[in-house]
Parts: sequence; structure tokens; C-alpha cells
Amino acid sequence: MPLTPVDTLESASAEREYVWTLNFGPQHPATHTTLRLVLTLDGEKVLNAVPYIGYLHSGFEKLGEHLDFNQYVTIVDRMNYLSPLANEIAWHHAVEKLLGIELTPRCRYLRTILAELMRMHDHLLNLGTTALDLGGFTAFLYFFQQREHIYDIVELASGQRFHTSYTRVGGVLFDVNTDWVNRVRKFIRDFPKVYDEVDRLLTKNRIFVDRTKGIGYLSREEAINFSAVGPVARASGVERDLRRDEPYLAYADLDFDVVCSRGGDCYARYLVRMQELLESLKIIEQAVENIPGGPVNIGVESDMVLPSKPAVYRSIEGLIQHFEVIMPNRGYEVPREQIYAATESPNGELGFYIVGNAETRAYRARTRPPSYIHFSMFPHMIRNHQLSDVVAVLGSINIIAAELDR
Amino acid sequence: MAVGLPENIFITKLDAAANWARSNSLWPMPFATACCGIELMATAASRHDLARFGAEVMRFSPRQCDLLIVAGRVVMKMLPVLQRIWLQMPEPKWCISMGACACSGGVFDTYAVVQGIDRFIPVDMYVPGCPPRPEQLLQAVMDMQAKVRRTGTVMGREFAIRDMPTGPAPFDSDERYRIEDSRLIQLGGFSAAATSAGRSATQG
Amino acid sequence: MVCLSELQQKFGAKIAESHFRDNRRIDIPAAVVLPLLTSLKTEYGFNMLVDITAVDWLEYEGATDRFSVVYQLLNLDTGERLTVRVPVNLPDAVLPSVYSLWRGADWMEREVWDMFGISFSGHPDLRRILMPEEFDAFPLRKDYPLKGRGERHNFPVITRSGS
Repeated sequence: MPLTPVDTLESASAEREYVWTLNFGPQHPATHTTLRLVLTLDGEKVLNAVPYIGYLHSGFEKLGEHLDFNQYVTIVDRMNYLSPLANEIAWHHAVEKLLGIELTPRCRYLRTILAELMRMHDHLLNLGTTALDLGGFTAFLYFFQQREHIYDIVELASGQRFHTSYTRVGGVLFDVNTDWVNRVRKFIRDFPKVYDEVDRLLTKNRIFVDRTKGIGYLSREEAINFSAVGPVARASGVERDLRRDEPYLAYADLDFDVVCSRGGDCYARYLVRMQELLESLKIIEQAVENIPGGPVNIGVESDMVLPSKPAVYRSIEGLIQHFEVIMPNRGYEVPREQIYAATESPNGELGFYIVGNAETRAYRARTRPPSYIHFSMFPHMIRNHQLSDVVAVLGSINIIAAELDR
Repeated sequence: MAVGLPENIFITKLDAAANWARSNSLWPMPFATACCGIELMATAASRHDLARFGAEVMRFSPRQCDLLIVAGRVVMKMLPVLQRIWLQMPEPKWCISMGACACSGGVFDTYAVVQGIDRFIPVDMYVPGCPPRPEQLLQAVMDMQAKVRRTGTVMGREFAIRDMPTGPAPFDSDERYRIEDSRLIQLGGFSAAATSAGRSATQG
Repeated sequence: MVCLSELQQKFGAKIAESHFRDNRRIDIPAAVVLPLLTSLKTEYGFNMLVDITAVDWLEYEGATDRFSVVYQLLNLDTGERLTVRVPVNLPDAVLPSVYSLWRGADWMEREVWDMFGISFSGHPDLRRILMPEEFDAFPLRKDYPLKGRGERHNFPVITRSGS
């Protein structure tokens, strides 16, 4: 379809005296975080929306130039805080590509399971709060209970419930044990029941459907032109999923479907996310039953990974290796090159553009954040809808302010 | 000596009665900016259930609240908003600073992040952690209630005596030296100027 | 697949190609940005603009230019990716905007302007996006200190009795 060069108000309606301006945010319950919109309204009809962002800009990318590859994980965690581990995996995926590291099979499976758990983590909160904003409190409570179970699983693996800082260059912080596997199995067993309950609550709920169907429409061409990715693009019929198209980790071995819809509206995005929950569950189920044995980190001889704690305390080689990795003036060989690598995070393509400069920190660590792209489409999606649709559209594109502003 | 009060009447101090009422009806205003906001949500959701401790009436309008919970980092674009929200809240009011970022800037010692909200608004209770677990926030709310019962007065005398800023000075010596250094470096090389606003503050 | 010799034929010989891991990069001069990206979009099917970013080479040993602007392109039909790098130098750090090709470029270009001070001619609304309007430095340049120049603490202090 032809695109207009600039988003402008229709002059006829802008000059009418009923037009008024509403400031939405930056502190508003339905924005969840710190988004700000200035809406131009004609009665309850939204004529234009101008987003103002940067209310949570904290200099992530500048920090990435001052912290080494392992330290920056703590910062990346705080980027999309609904799925911290997915960010860590994306960051280290890019770093390992820069360094040319091949992960061990066990690590690949473990990270796959965690990445999918994080996808569920993200979708659960997003679906729950979307329902909450549209007037349904129950779904939020049901889904949050499941999130608590995922928190428990993650805590058992990493020792931290929220910001785990779990991945390391060439592996993860600790290996997992049988208890953990059993906990994941229990989660897989229990989850479908809750899913069905929420499905019955929302999917055919008259109020919910009325408030989401036909709202915030985005066509396939527009989605591509606006660089949309992830569930938002897939709900508009863009068949793109990095897990299938550019397989990383263990996705090539696993059987799953890419969920797409042609609807393009808020309801389609809701359905895509709901279905992706089940697909993620399918992936976790396969991965957790086939998780290979062997070491979880790549060999110490590669000079890039931290040795295990017993090795540090009981052998001189381990101590030296620890020293070499940790001390800022030591480190290992890093190519003076640039790389772009992306993973399919819950919100879509989360990429990192890293410039290596022969030291163990990045010269430039650029994040390609999906939320940023999606929020830029918002004025287009909300135009000519009602004021009450603003929260429905905001919820359906799942904006995370920390990822938006970085 | 019998006082001879009728049934159903007891004698207490007005302060104690007011404190009892105030401490058991804290209405939080969640100023959730970042990750801590999700833990704040978890505190109010199914497993932890803040309602058990009588502080679940989250109101998103500052004019209906008396407990400001600042959850998450506050950056320089957001700080004026925070100050305005604090000023909009009616007396009596208290403030919980939740998480390392709100307390001290946390891991974000960068150009944009305010290094602790207590430099700019008064804080009653600090909750450490990045982010704090929901249990910690529950404890903080209970401690807040205890503090209100212990120190509160009807006329707010305990607030009137706090006429000095309690946090660190906005420009402590480290920061001042660093700014001077960066200006010297800047004289030697090419660079954009420091903001006029920043300059006037350091000179003043 | 994009053929390098074809591009060189059309847009001059200054176009170079390099590979690292699975990334394929082409370096082009600033003068041909718009025609070349238009050609990549319309003739070679790179219908999605994944990212625009910039790198400041001030402290990079052996660098000849001050900045690079980096475009990540994607062909959705074949899955082919291409990185386009353009050198930019002060004082007139200006590139043509690609907003007319991809509307997704809107905020990406605004971010590059905000963080690096590289401006894009023809952009409909080039304002600061992440930093406040009155901020007049460019934070991701290498000569801007990590902890800033005191802008973050330039606010009035509210005391308890005064509020």
C-alpha cells in the first residue's frame, strides 16, 4: 500500500474547537512503567498520539563500553525485566559469536529450556496485565501464580529469583541437578490446567473480545515497513521466527510450530501469545527429557571461561585461570571485528551489535530493542480509535520501558 | 479510685488513636519505573498478597495516597515528575525507597541516573536488594506501620522538625572534582559543552 | 544474493565487501547512501530495516573516520542479511534519511542523532528522543564521560517540612 511521507493531522479536524489534548503518563497505571503519550482527542476519538520516551534512559549502552563481557550480563538483565534470562542468552549469544565459541550440547539444551521458560514468563505477565487493564483481575492472579513457579525454577538453578546473571561466556554459572529437572517436569504437568482456566476466562469472553477485536490493526506490509518483529509481526502474518529461520542453541533439534495469524489486531496478538505459551511448553518438554550429559561449560583450555570453584581453591592452574579471566589487564584474545547477532526474545528479534577491540569488553555494545520499534508504531495503530483502546493497544504490543529507553 | 467511665468508653491519647488509624490504613502510591515494579506487582499478587497486612489499596492518583513506594531507578528526566507527585500527595505522607537503584543508583552509575532519590525528596524507609524480594517489601511495610505508630502525631510535628535534607548533597565532593576534571579535559579536546543547567549548578 | 560487482558498476568502485562469521558487510561512501539503499530495497528485496546504529571510533586504534553509521538490512523472503557501513566525519556529520524507504527508520535515526549528534537530512521530525530537550551533549560519543558532567543532579532539593 502507498505510504504517506509524514504523519500529519488532518487539518480540517485539527482546527475544530472540540479538539483537546490529554497527557497520558509518564506515571499511569496502564502504562505499567514510564511511557508518556500526548493524545489529541476529538471527544473520545484519538486523532493523534505523540509518544515521548526517555523517562527511564539509564545509559545501558555507555555502561556496556565500560564493563567486560561477563560483568555486562548484570546490566543486560535489567533491560527486559519480564524475561531477564532471555536477554542474558541473547547477549552471550552475540559475544560467543564474536569470539567464535561453540557451546557444549548440555549448555545449549539448558539455555534453550531457560529461554523458553522466559518466553512463557514474559507472555504470562503480558497477557495477565492486558486482561487486568481491560477489567479482568482473575486472569492476572492465575497467571502470576504460574510466574511464581517459574521464579522458583530459575531460583533453583541460579540462586536468584529475578535478576539471575546466570549465563557466562562459554557456559553458565552452575550446572543444574535432578531436583531442578523434576521441578520443570512438575511445572509442565501443572501448567495446562491453569492455561485452560484462563483460556475459558478470556478467549471467548464477550467483553474481552469486544475490546480487542479490530483494535490496533496492523497490516503485513505495514508491519514489515515499520520493522516489527516477534509476536506483533507474526500476528500480522509475517512468518518470521529466528528460532526456525536462523536456528541457534538447540532449536534445530526440537519440533515446534511458528504461530502466526492474519488478524493483525489486538485479539490476534493475544491469540498468538496464548498459542506460543503452548509451543514453548512443547519445546521445554522435549528439551528437558533429552537434555544431554557431559560438561556444561566449554573447556578451560579455551582460556575464556571461569574455572569451577573447587578448581580455583584446590589447584594452582585453576587459580591462575581465574585470575587471567577476572583481572582487567589480563584477559583473552578478542578479535578486532564487528558482529551483529540476534536471538528470538519473547518480544521479537533482540540483537546486539558488538565492536571488539582486543580487550575483554566491548568497544561498542549496541542493543536492537524490539520494544523501541514497536512503540514507534503506536501512533499509527491508535489513530481514529477510542480513548479506552489506548490501554488495549499498549498492552498488546508489550512495551517494556527499560528496554525501550535503555 | 474508680474513674467511673461508662461501658464501651476508654481513654487514650489523641496521637495514639490517630496513629492506630493511620498505620492500619496506608494507601500506597506505586511509583513503579523499572524491575522493582514487577516485584511490587508480585507483592500484591497471588502468592505474597500485600492485603494480609492492610496496605493493598493501591491508588494511582497521588491525591488519594499516603505512602509513596518508589520502585526502580529514577533518571533525570523522571525526577521532576517524582517531585511533583510527592508534592501532590496530601499530609500525612511517607515514602519507601524500594531497591538499590532508588536508594543509591545501584549498578547504574551513569550520566542519566539520579544516585539515590533521597538527594531530592525525603525518604522514610529504604529497602535494599536488586530487586528486593517481596518478603522484604512486606517487612518494610510492616516496619513503616510500626514507625507511624511509634512516632506519629496528629498535627505532624515529627514532619515539621525535619527541615534539613536527609540524603547526601546533590553535588558531593567526588562529583564536583570529577566535573571539574572533565571540564579540563574538555578544554584540551573537541567536545560538546556541558549543559548550561549543569554548569550554573556547579558554580552556584 | 547481492553481487558486489553489480553494485560497484552502478555506484562506483569505492564499495568494498568483507565477511566475519556469518555477517556480510559492505562499506560505502556517504554520497551513495540513499540511491544504494533504495536499490537494495527495490531490486534486491531487502524489505526490512532491522537496525540503524552508529559507532564512535575516537579511541579505536588505527581508525580513520570519526563515526560509522551501520544499517542492518534483512530480506524477509530469503532470510538474507546485509550490513551496510557508512563513514561519517565531523564537523558536518549529516546523512540522508531513509525514512522515505522504511518508516521504521524514524525513531532509529532520532536515536542516532540523540546519542551521537549525527543528523539526517530529510527526516520529518529530528528531535532528541531519549535525553531531555535542553541537554546539549551527545552521551554515546567517546569524549563524553560515563558519569556525565553533573546534569543528573541539577535539581532542587525538597525537605520534609517544606513539602
